[in-house]
Order: sequence, then structure tokens, then C-alpha cells
Amino acid sequence: MKVGVVSFPGSNCDEDAVLAVAEHLQRPAVLLWHKDHDLQGADVVILPGGFSYGDYLRAGAIARFSPIMQEVVAHAKRGGPVIGICNGFQIACEAGLLPGALLRNANLQFRSMPVRLRVENTDTVFTRRARAGAQLTMPIAHGDGRYTADPETLARLEGEGRVVFRYVDAAGEASDAANPNGAMHNIAGVTNATGTVVGLMPHPERAMEPLLGSADGLVLFQSLLQTM
Amino acid sequence: MKPFRVSVHIVPRKGLLDPQGKAVADALHTLGFASVAEVHVGRHLVIETQAGDAKAAEASVREMCGRLLANPVTEDFEIAGVVPA
Repeated sequence: MKVGVVSFPGSNCDEDAVLAVAEHLQRPAVLLWHKDHDLQGADVVILPGGFSYGDYLRAGAIARFSPIMQEVVAHAKRGGPVIGICNGFQIACEAGLLPGALLRNANLQFRSMPVRLRVENTDTVFTRRARAGAQLTMPIAHGDGRYTADPETLARLEGEGRVVFRYVDAAGEASDAANPNGAMHNIAGVTNATGTVVGLMPHPERAMEPLLGSADGLVLFQSLLQTM
Repeated sequence: MKPFRVSVHIVPRKGLLDPQGKAVADALHTLGFASVAEVHVGRHLVIETQAGDAKAAEASVREMCGRLLANPVTEDFEIAGVVPA
């Protein structure tokens, strides 16, 4: 299994994602330049965090038209796994790989802190190794993370179990207090209809070992091994 | 083809939470502008483009809004003006 991590101008978590795969998964990982049309044989694509194109216009709006994104969308349409992390989630939504949009945090603050997530769906290629209902701690670092979708889309996502992660409090409840950005239904991550594309605002690649404060992000990467 | 300057307003969809607008409204209230009911913060873009006539210039900017300038999930847009550049 080979993993490709896209580098957009302004990406700043691309190297972390490569390190997460190469060091903790012991699998080859390559950086894919946004101007290229070549996925370099990657079986899995990571759209990393950062501020692609300076978040100009809207977060992710311009990155989705990068040449490499045509290949990423084609890869996803073939059923290839894609994970969008933070800015990558925003890009995946803008590109139509996932429904909805990420808007300015309701509190207008840039939130950089660990959050607790509940795993709601273990039937995606990135959560297969997780236990349903498990609580994971990972950091967030974003100003535009308020997941928003129209009522029909939201009902469909909930009805089909496509909410993958929800922000929860210490008691495991999806409370307002646990919601760092005002996301609808405390949604931290969603998946596409086939469970092959996942987007989330928290950073699993920054939670790969206890030294970083948490190793809970590992399970997303390990889940890939079960699939690929 | 003639040069046109097309202005477009992009605003958060009505009914969606607009925390920036609310923060500005709160600040205006603090300043004593008690009559302010609501504020919406959006973007104003000015696009200089070539087109056969004003109608074609507007149609082209509408397409730009649909494909890039406005997010169809969360934003509305309106053409604020089309003038010869």
C-alpha cells in the first residue's frame, strides 16, 4: 500500500502526514505536488491540513481546481480511499467528494486544542479498526470548522449513518459545551456513500504517539492496512 | 468584445448562523446604533472581463459564481452592477 499526500501552496501538515505513514505504519508515502497530474501509483490519498492558497475566497475553494485534484476526484470515483484532514476536509467538500461545507467557527475563535471524538461509524476504510462508540482524543487547529449542510443533506447523513465522528464531552455526550466550533449535530467528520472518502476537522496525524499527547489517531491509519 | 466591470455581492445564505455579522451588529449596538436589527458580512468582488454586451458579461459572472465565487451550500449572490470598463 502506497500513500500519496498532496502538497498545495500553504499546506502545513503534509510532512506530518507523510511521517505518520512512513514511521508509524511502515508504508511508503510520497508528496504529490498540486500542479502534477500524477498520483505516482498511490493507493490512498491524503488531503492534508494547512491554509491552501491562503484560504483566499473560501477555505479549499481554489485548491479544488488544482491539477492534482482532477486525479484525486477520479481516484475517489474509482473507489480509491481519500482522507481529508482539516483544510483537506474543506477541500473535499468544495470538490464535491463530501457533502456540506465548513464555515467560520461560531465563536469566531481559532481553536487549537485537544478534543474528544466519538466514533459513530466503523464501516469506512479509515475507521474499520476502531470500536463503534470508542472515544478518541485528537487535536484541532482551525478557524473554519463549523460543519454545515442543508436540512435534507443532514437528515440523509444521519439516516445513512454517514457521520463518522462527533465532538463529545467527558461523559460521551454530544453536548454544546463539547462542540468547539458550532458544527451542526456536533459533526467532526463525515464519509461518502461508500465509506471510501472520509473528511474530519481533527488531526489524527498529530496524534500518533503518546509523546504527542495522544496516539488515538493511529487507528485511522491502521484501518487502512485492513482494507488495502 | 468590449471591457465590462461586473460587481457581485456574495452573502451568507439567509437563515444560516452568521457569527461575523452578529459580532458586528453587537459592536454597533455598543456604539449606540440601537436601531440596527441585523448585519450580514459577505464579500464584494469586482470582475473586469471582456464580453459582447452587458448581458453576456453578467451571464458569464453568474456562471463564475455558480462554479467558484459562491458556495452553493452556504452562500447567495447577486449581481450588483454591470458597467463598461
